[in-house]
Amino acid sequence: MKYVIEMLNITKEFPGIKANDNVTLQVVDGEIHALLGENGAGKSTLMSVLFGLYQPEEGKILIKGKEVDVKNPNVANEHGIGMVHQHFKLVHNFTVTENIILGLEPKKSFGRIDIETAAKKVAEISDKYGLSVDPYAKIEDITVGMQQRVEILKMLYRNAEILIFDEPTAVLTPQEIKELMRIMKELVKEGKSIILITHKLKEIKEVADRCSVLRRGKYIGTVDVESVSEEEMAEMMVGREVSFEVEKIPATPTDVVLKIENLNVLDSRKLPAVKNLNLEVKAGEVLCVAGIDGNGQSELIQAITGLKKIESGKILFEGKSIEHESIRNRTLLGIGHIPEDRHKHGLVLDFSVEQNFVLQNYFQEPYSVKGIIQPEAIRSYSEKLIEMFDVRSGQGSITEARSMSGGNQQKAIIAREIDRSPKLLIAAQPTRGLDVGAIEYIHERLISERDAGKAILLMSLEMEEVLNVSDRIAVIYEGEIVGILNASETDENEIGLMMSGAKRGKV
Amino acid sequence: MRKIYNYILDEKNHHFIIPAISIILGFLVGSIIMIFSGLNPLDMFSSIIRGVLGINLSKIGTGKAIFNARYLGEYFVFAMPIILTGLSVAFAFRTGLFNIGAEGQMIVGSFASVAVAILVPLPTVLLLPLVILAGALAGAIWGFVPGILKAKYNVHEVVVTIMMNYIALFMTNYYLKKLPGSTNSKTVAIVKGATLKSDFLSDITNHSRLNWGFILVIIAVFSFWYIIEKTTFGYELKAVGYNPDAAKYAGIKVNSRAALSMVIAGAYAGLGGTVLAIGTFGYGRVLPHAEGYGFTGIAVALVGGNTALGSLLGGLLFGSLNAAQPIMQSSGIPKDIAVIISSMIILFIAMQNGIKMLLKRLKGGK
Repeated sequence: MKYVIEMLNITKEFPGIKANDNVTLQVVDGEIHALLGENGAGKSTLMSVLFGLYQPEEGKILIKGKEVDVKNPNVANEHGIGMVHQHFKLVHNFTVTENIILGLEPKKSFGRIDIETAAKKVAEISDKYGLSVDPYAKIEDITVGMQQRVEILKMLYRNAEILIFDEPTAVLTPQEIKELMRIMKELVKEGKSIILITHKLKEIKEVADRCSVLRRGKYIGTVDVESVSEEEMAEMMVGREVSFEVEKIPATPTDVVLKIENLNVLDSRKLPAVKNLNLEVKAGEVLCVAGIDGNGQSELIQAITGLKKIESGKILFEGKSIEHESIRNRTLLGIGHIPEDRHKHGLVLDFSVEQNFVLQNYFQEPYSVKGIIQPEAIRSYSEKLIEMFDVRSGQGSITEARSMSGGNQQKAIIAREIDRSPKLLIAAQPTRGLDVGAIEYIHERLISERDAGKAILLMSLEMEEVLNVSDRIAVIYEGEIVGILNASETDENEIGLMMSGAKRGKV
Repeated sequence: MRKIYNYILDEKNHHFIIPAISIILGFLVGSIIMIFSGLNPLDMFSSIIRGVLGINLSKIGTGKAIFNARYLGEYFVFAMPIILTGLSVAFAFRTGLFNIGAEGQMIVGSFASVAVAILVPLPTVLLLPLVILAGALAGAIWGFVPGILKAKYNVHEVVVTIMMNYIALFMTNYYLKKLPGSTNSKTVAIVKGATLKSDFLSDITNHSRLNWGFILVIIAVFSFWYIIEKTTFGYELKAVGYNPDAAKYAGIKVNSRAALSMVIAGAYAGLGGTVLAIGTFGYGRVLPHAEGYGFTGIAVALVGGNTALGSLLGGLLFGSLNAAQPIMQSSGIPKDIAVIISSMIILFIAMQNGIKMLLKRLKGGK
């Protein structure tokens, strides 16, 4: 077998943690090689080492059989390694071509940029790999999926032979994901090699040839994707058996906890985002607001929690109208909120874990007395939550939240919100970007809160999550609830049709 | 040696190491410039030592008095106001606000103290606290204006505070001259009991202008530390400063916290004006232009990493450069060298990401 990339016995240490511990990755020429692991398993570190962003303490890198010292990303580029980052690096008011040629602009006389020649070359490459990108379109006008293809084009324009995709599907719709899979297969057919960083087993199963698994910085093994099942891969990744089905008893809903009447909310551009929406959530059930991103679900959640002002309508919590209450009062009344964007709203990243744990109740006893912070009380509370919710971090309570893995950051938020025992728990995309192990854990927690008689309002874009966790599903389309379904009586197809506005159901 | 090396490279210590490196580099560049100009950098260092410790190295061995306590006293006189403006800038910065207005807040603080001292007929026992309070309050009000404009209408505080500096300067100049007995350049002297002046402190420092203002400085430094580190209010301010969205999510009133932090920042700077007016001088001065205490305060806060202790140390550092200037001048070194060094230190602090990267590379390379 001819390896295009060999990373042999790589060890990379950070203070207090071995991010890569004797890891080996061998990529065969012309294959799609998946790199699988939980958040914090060391995938990104390994790729950063390959890309020259980090220098490993031990181990060597061979590219096409020759040992290479990848000192910085430029060296990686020279050897034909290109990376499609999770967060695109594009200039928004530039055209596709302008973005692609940035840094190696072809010149005409007097140093003018030769856009026409460049655009032609971009169009050629685009056609060759079936990317269908318009070279003259502006980035701000094209979809996220298209932007990603521009990133791919950027690599191809620079003659990259080995393409690294870092969690490429995290931001895409199901249709765009299918399209990306097709493009990846196309690229391999044309002789490129691909490293796909992901924790989505389905995608690996669909496109990858082989798969290397990392767990907590250690190399677990490499498998032929054809010969293993998703369950086996999950077990390799997590280190124990994982159940994909959420085990739960049928719900026993009781009183209405949250009632929304004729709610209207505007989005940030002052356009109607939620239109005359009515909804009820009962104690002891999980109600899921399902829909394609951008159909008003975020605004709905923000209206309930108070982050966004409403235009008109009523929000009743246990019969009391709360639409004009402050955020603090809503929290105190018994609403817990796991926010959609954990970095923006959920955590103060420069605070320590313990400071983040008391974000919602730092002003209450025992965490403070008469306006004076009580560090001992906060510390012992923090130790308790870390223990109970298995929040892992480098230095325990005093770890800066920023330095924790995404999964553990989310666990910290969930610990904080659940431990306050709110009567209504709002969970907006609680498992976004997390790995199977963490997802399983969070789903179990949500169900156990439900079984304890709490009302759970879930907002999710993931079909599997919608179907597995919820009892009732309210499908939202263009700011309206177009149907409420019982999870046990519906399927992906029906929900999908409703989400796209093709079908309406009973409300 | 190994231990020191590791200490320097440990990221935990960077908040301390980076200012230290910046200061060393600042002095290094200043020295190089001096060498190129045909001056001896050692003269500058001996000027600083004389300015700070009052020890005149050139007199060693000549049999004359080596130590002059007046320099020591004057050093603190230089350092006190900029410690307070440093605290002002640092406090606002903890809530994510950039207070360029410490200068103006200080000027109004200074004016308010003088005006109250001259106009209010009270026994001095009662007058002195009132004079101090007036200074802090005036500064607070001057901070409140940009604070509330930011909170209510999202007007950028940098623009407002800069303009408020000019308003403060020219308005107080006008009213200072209107006070009974004022000349075109200064007011009448304030009765001794209503000032911070102290014969005792002056005597033990060979007739320097050292005064009780240092007690106010110590209280200010302590209160800064206490508010930020110990109170729920400080927790809220920090949350707002680090991540206003998360603070809002947690039910913290982001706008009111921002406005309040400007008020407190203004009070610190106003107090700086008080110390200057009734401590250093004992009368109100009509200023032809701003004296730059507010801008030095920005440097102090930067070097001090926006902490209480850091501002204290930063103030002592820049105070030493200020105190050394007259001495440098008299020994034939242009005082501008001190300004160049201050600027270089700030430049290196501003480049702290670069320094961090270098340290990281050193660490990675070993």
